[in-house]
Amino acid sequence: MLRYVLRRLLTAIPTLFLIVTLSFFLLRVAPGGPFSQERGLSPEVRANLERVYQLDAPLWRQYLNYLADLLQGNFGPSYNLPDFTVADLFRVGLPVSIQLGASALILALILGSALGVVAALRQNRGVDYAVVALATAGSTIPTFVIAPLYQLVFALTLSWVPVAGWGGGALVNKIGPVLTLALPQIAIVARLMRGAMIESLRANHIRTARALGLGGWSVVVRHALRGALLPIISYAGPAAAALLTGSVVVETVFAIPGVGRYFVDAALNRDYTLVMGTVVVIAVFVIVFNLIVDLLYALVDPRVRYD
Amino acid sequence: MTAETTRGTTALLELAGLDVRFDTPDGEVHAVRGIDLALKSGETLAVVGESGSGKSQAMMAAMGLLAKNGRAGGSVRYRGREILGLSSRALDEVRGAKIAMIFQEPMTSLDPLYTIGSQLAEPLVRHKRLSGRAARTRAVELLTLVGIPEPERRLRAYPHELSGGQRQRVMIAMALAAEPEVLIADEPTTALDVTVQAQIIELLRSLQRRFGMGIVFITHDLGLARHFADRVAVMRYGKVVEEGPAGEVLTRPAHDYTRMLLAAEPTGTKPPPPGDAPVVLEARGVDVTFQIGGGLFAGPSLEIHAVDKVSLTLRQGQTIGIVGESGSGKSTLGRALIRLVDARGDISLFGHSTGLIDAAGLRALRRQAQIVFQDPYGSLSPRMTVGEIIAEGLRVHEPGLDARARERAVIAALEDVTLDPALRNRYPHEFSGGQRQRIAIARALILKPRVLVLDEPTSALDRSVQKGIVELLRRLQKEHGLSYLFISHDLSVVRALSDWIMVMRHGQLVEAGPTEEVYRAPAADYTRALIAAAYGLDGTAPDARMA
Repeated sequence: MLRYVLRRLLTAIPTLFLIVTLSFFLLRVAPGGPFSQERGLSPEVRANLERVYQLDAPLWRQYLNYLADLLQGNFGPSYNLPDFTVADLFRVGLPVSIQLGASALILALILGSALGVVAALRQNRGVDYAVVALATAGSTIPTFVIAPLYQLVFALTLSWVPVAGWGGGALVNKIGPVLTLALPQIAIVARLMRGAMIESLRANHIRTARALGLGGWSVVVRHALRGALLPIISYAGPAAAALLTGSVVVETVFAIPGVGRYFVDAALNRDYTLVMGTVVVIAVFVIVFNLIVDLLYALVDPRVRYD
Repeated sequence: MTAETTRGTTALLELAGLDVRFDTPDGEVHAVRGIDLALKSGETLAVVGESGSGKSQAMMAAMGLLAKNGRAGGSVRYRGREILGLSSRALDEVRGAKIAMIFQEPMTSLDPLYTIGSQLAEPLVRHKRLSGRAARTRAVELLTLVGIPEPERRLRAYPHELSGGQRQRVMIAMALAAEPEVLIADEPTTALDVTVQAQIIELLRSLQRRFGMGIVFITHDLGLARHFADRVAVMRYGKVVEEGPAGEVLTRPAHDYTRMLLAAEPTGTKPPPPGDAPVVLEARGVDVTFQIGGGLFAGPSLEIHAVDKVSLTLRQGQTIGIVGESGSGKSTLGRALIRLVDARGDISLFGHSTGLIDAAGLRALRRQAQIVFQDPYGSLSPRMTVGEIIAEGLRVHEPGLDARARERAVIAALEDVTLDPALRNRYPHEFSGGQRQRIAIARALILKPRVLVLDEPTSALDRSVQKGIVELLRRLQKEHGLSYLFISHDLSVVRALSDWIMVMRHGQLVEAGPTEEVYRAPAADYTRALIAAAYGLDGTAPDARMA
């Protein structure tokens, strides 16, 4: 098992290298640069800026420099937020995004799974139809509709919660963003779980358990649910990576100081180092969570072995 | 009838007017139409019938295990107490505890995610109120009882680490855990190799002698019913058409259907072709190995020797039967002979060595050497019409043919396998298993091959349907001068169809010779065991054989 983890982490290195290289050059192919949009920038000042950030060097040298910096854990300075390094921005923003994302994910897994199991057990009856309708609504209504609606009803009309802001991480400030993030996930998990559970309940070994008179709890939880967990696990890995690295819409609408906005802002502003930093962080999250998924898989299903 | 059957006088399990219906999108299906059956303690009642006769669903209804769209009516009494329509909570006091059931599919009937020990402990804790430790001790005893070697170690094994036969033994152990009085066994040996099948039947017998259980034995196999059961009930279209002592019903059947079932057991022999018939296929030292695993980080790969230096000569008009149990390499050999899998050794088709030939030449040879696969449903594309499926080979081998000529060929091929050509625009799922097998044969026949590799073509079919296929194959062989390589685990079909037989085990040839000689006087111990295990062939008393 340990050997397998080591092997997976080793194979992650060429993957990361490939991602970094590809994004580095793709980014440079896009027209413009970090300082090309600033108005009233005299050519001298601009040349000066580019020299400071070594953007006047040949591309291959810039690439090698970036790689060398990256190997030392240095993501470089942000071009558009010159008072901060990329690492600074992540140090502040990432914990916020992770808090929101993790809360939303846990909520989605618990609530979504529960709804899915209930729907599966009452297949083609009222409760099932309600869950399916809810799940369809949840996954079709976009977050940029849910978030303002939430603000309108609960903040502006009822005044139960603040409209936006982080409030130093106060609970009332988190409810809106977490719910907005979680709602589509609850819908997806509920649908996945419903399908997996229906499939699982049809298995021959469930018939065996019933024939042995093992009773509802053992049949549903011990035998059916465990098998139904597998598709949920494989969905949750990539979903976790996406949720924990922040959401543009939610962070913008609720004015949350997370890292989700950076990707879009930085890409629009050609903030090369910040885009690269975001890419590396997301890639690492994806790789790590995929590894966790595979390890969990082996834990749930003894037929999966990594030796 | 044995002494055991007379011991109990009141019925243990009694079905009266049992009726099962299913609501389907195509309307209501009336699967069981008011049957009456009774089982006494210590007795074995075989419920015999073909697929769709309702024999399994009747027992599923009795156990409260019908699918959600199923409804049961009538009465099911256990020791005089009505159990049909009980809540599942109340039913769970009977299921597993008093009446246990084992199923056909040993590979999937155990939960793949839990160890054998943990699954065995469940009914013990549930019905016998044993503690975890006591359940473990009892589980070891149960595994010993059903003949699992090294039971202590096996407790920690997962189902996928056991063979099919061992899994069925574990299933039996689980069913017996709470010492039930009735065991319902739904085709418990159908998915198993014949030698394993004999062992499981012997195990059930000895357990029955020991615990005096009543057994309901659901089977399509008349031979098994004859040797294992005290009484037989024959079912058709959801009704019991005949019931009585096994010896009587199966030797002097009163009902036409029973007579038809008995007549459907494969009979007849195949005379060998003339000694000077031309050789169509010759193979010397065929050797097939598979690599398992391996790769950049995965360590060394494992080599499996699937076929180990097997030779054969097939003449025109000859049928060679290749028999063996699962994993014997018989299917791989069939595929290797027509180069569907790569093999070492010399194989020549119609005098041309297939090792030396180019792709175009190989294609021309393949046209004359076709294969018919085992699973007639899985091997027909569900999204093509039967006409398209049958014509597909012509598109490859005779691209010049126009649509009308292809159509004519399809009609001729369908008529050849006695299917109505008007059905050619339908899809495979609209046909029965036997019809689909005919379609698969028509697909091969349309290319006018000289050699047909038939890989278990009758295994998925009921005996009466199988009989039709056997007759079809005989007629086609005579009319077209075909040579067959008939691969099967079913010794009685092989005996009826082939004039030469090859017995394979672990990739090696165990024995080969003229069919009747091998069946009459098998030289190898393994062949003898195979023939002994396949019921109804040698005519000796089952008890003598099982001893």
